[in-house]
Amino acid sequence: MGVLLEGSCALAEAAIQAGCRFYAGYPITPSTEILEYMSVRLPEVGGSCMNAESEIEAIGMVWGAAGCGVRALTASTGQGISLMQESFAELANAQIPVVVVNMCRGQGDYFQSTRGGGHGDYRFIVLSPASAQEAADLTMQAFYISEKWRNPVMIMGDFLLSHTSEIVEFRVPDQPELPPKTWAITGAKGRRGITLSPLGPAEKLSTNVAGALAHATSKHAAIKAEEVRVDTGFLEDAVLVVVAFGFPGRFVKYAVRRARERGLRVGYVRPISLWPFPTQVLADVAQTAQAIAVFELNAGQMIEDVQLAVLGRAPVHSIGGISHDHSGFGVGPLLNVEHILKRIEDVYPRKGLT
Amino acid sequence: MTSELTPHDSGLEKVFEKPDLLLKAEHSLCPGCGEPVALRIILEVLQELELRDRTICVAGIGCYTAFPMIMDIDVMQALHGRAPSVATGVKRVRPDAVVFTMQGDGDMISEGLQEVIHTAARGEQVTAVVFNNAVFGETGGHMTAATVLGQHTKTTVGGRTRERHGNPIKISELLAALDGTAYVARAAVHTPSAIKLTKQYLHDAFRAQLDGKGFSFVEILTMCPTDWFVAPDQGPAFLDKHLKPIYPLGVIKGC
Repeated sequence: MGVLLEGSCALAEAAIQAGCRFYAGYPITPSTEILEYMSVRLPEVGGSCMNAESEIEAIGMVWGAAGCGVRALTASTGQGISLMQESFAELANAQIPVVVVNMCRGQGDYFQSTRGGGHGDYRFIVLSPASAQEAADLTMQAFYISEKWRNPVMIMGDFLLSHTSEIVEFRVPDQPELPPKTWAITGAKGRRGITLSPLGPAEKLSTNVAGALAHATSKHAAIKAEEVRVDTGFLEDAVLVVVAFGFPGRFVKYAVRRARERGLRVGYVRPISLWPFPTQVLADVAQTAQAIAVFELNAGQMIEDVQLAVLGRAPVHSIGGISHDHSGFGVGPLLNVEHILKRIEDVYPRKGLT
Repeated sequence: MTSELTPHDSGLEKVFEKPDLLLKAEHSLCPGCGEPVALRIILEVLQELELRDRTICVAGIGCYTAFPMIMDIDVMQALHGRAPSVATGVKRVRPDAVVFTMQGDGDMISEGLQEVIHTAARGEQVTAVVFNNAVFGETGGHMTAATVLGQHTKTTVGGRTRERHGNPIKISELLAALDGTAYVARAAVHTPSAIKLTKQYLHDAFRAQLDGKGFSFVEILTMCPTDWFVAPDQGPAFLDKHLKPIYPLGVIKGC
């Protein structure tokens, strides 16, 4: 049985059902509903919700809770996420599993989410839902993935995802059991004390700093191999393939179906994991399609990942752009199937088609 | 022969040894540094109160960041300035743990002032300890928000002045004014009697946490002869002459 919930609330409820017992956040549109929801729901299940005094303190609190082995979440939008970057970089070095929601305004925070603004060699696993249901499903998976790899996971959403009410079912995934959290700070009862640090090893008296830091990044290749998630359609005979992510990806899927009705051989690729990026899928697409178009609500960010995957084997057109209404929250006139369809037709390769 | 005599052989009574929670007697800090003394007292208190098994330390970034690897308790290493928030997260999910933070004046009073104020104001059930040597020790001798007027640092050449560099912050008095603080005391480690009082204050601070009375705070004035530009054995006299008049010792708020 599904329930009608805004994307933000669906995400928050999924987190709780996945075992999240700590949340700290600072209110900021369009992520505020997660904080509101958690402030009511977490105490009901024996958890804690902190209305933190800043985003910097919010991620610090999440650090403390997650470092104790408790599933912990924070959420903000790009502006607040900017403030958390130092902690993000070092949470990855300390290999502390946390889940962070970046409920963006528009999609201008793609670089911020996938590259990060912090220092060093860290990466976040980034998942991008296109619906309230997918937000719930990916949130449940995010806690598991972050613990499996001992690496932070970010969920990148947007204003429409956060504020659109849809029917959601909560399906706790059946996943293999993870090893015990021997890294978690619990108090040293019955054992030697340990240190949980971004600066060096857990073992007391150890000076193997280089080994600890190398361990935090050596898993990146395995994550790239195992954690790619992508939604594709109509690729077999596609002359043009449109790439889009997040909620706008749903608009693109609809536009592609409309284009098909008009006889255009158009397909779509919707990356669900933004890092790792579905590089191989797009490399394969570039072998068969004549052109690729990228629709994203920013000045052109994901297009660089598409170009890296395609490596010049097909032309890559930007058909997105910055589009806001008067509120500045990233829902502008461009997010309209008629406009998207027009832009698809504009770049559709007509020469040499039989 | 005399040098081979153990206290046992000699009939002498052993009256002092390092606490078991200190894994190594040596440390990597400068000669004359006060922080290792402060660390030893903290560990002695934890041992005496039998809190080892449920203690969680949240450490900041400074010279004392070398300590977690020689402390036989669980330590979470925080970023510069962020220990109070991290400790908040720890205590909220592990309310039975005894949680304390270990920061320097640069870490707490310069970089992270907002964090400690909010944590104190909330009355988080944690104990915060600041090692105040009135200088950025680890960077090599630069002004912090606790550097006293007239003090020479590499960024206050000729001495800190009110006009050019502003006034130092008295963190203990500032925190004592907040409703959430249960216990605030300022101690020092420059004389045996001061060390004894420091231990008493730490006892009382941890006791306040155990009794659920709110945020407890101990500021410990520590010597930094290297970055005060004096000889190692001149640290205590420097502390007494230049820091103590600005930062008077004693219990500022009791419970």
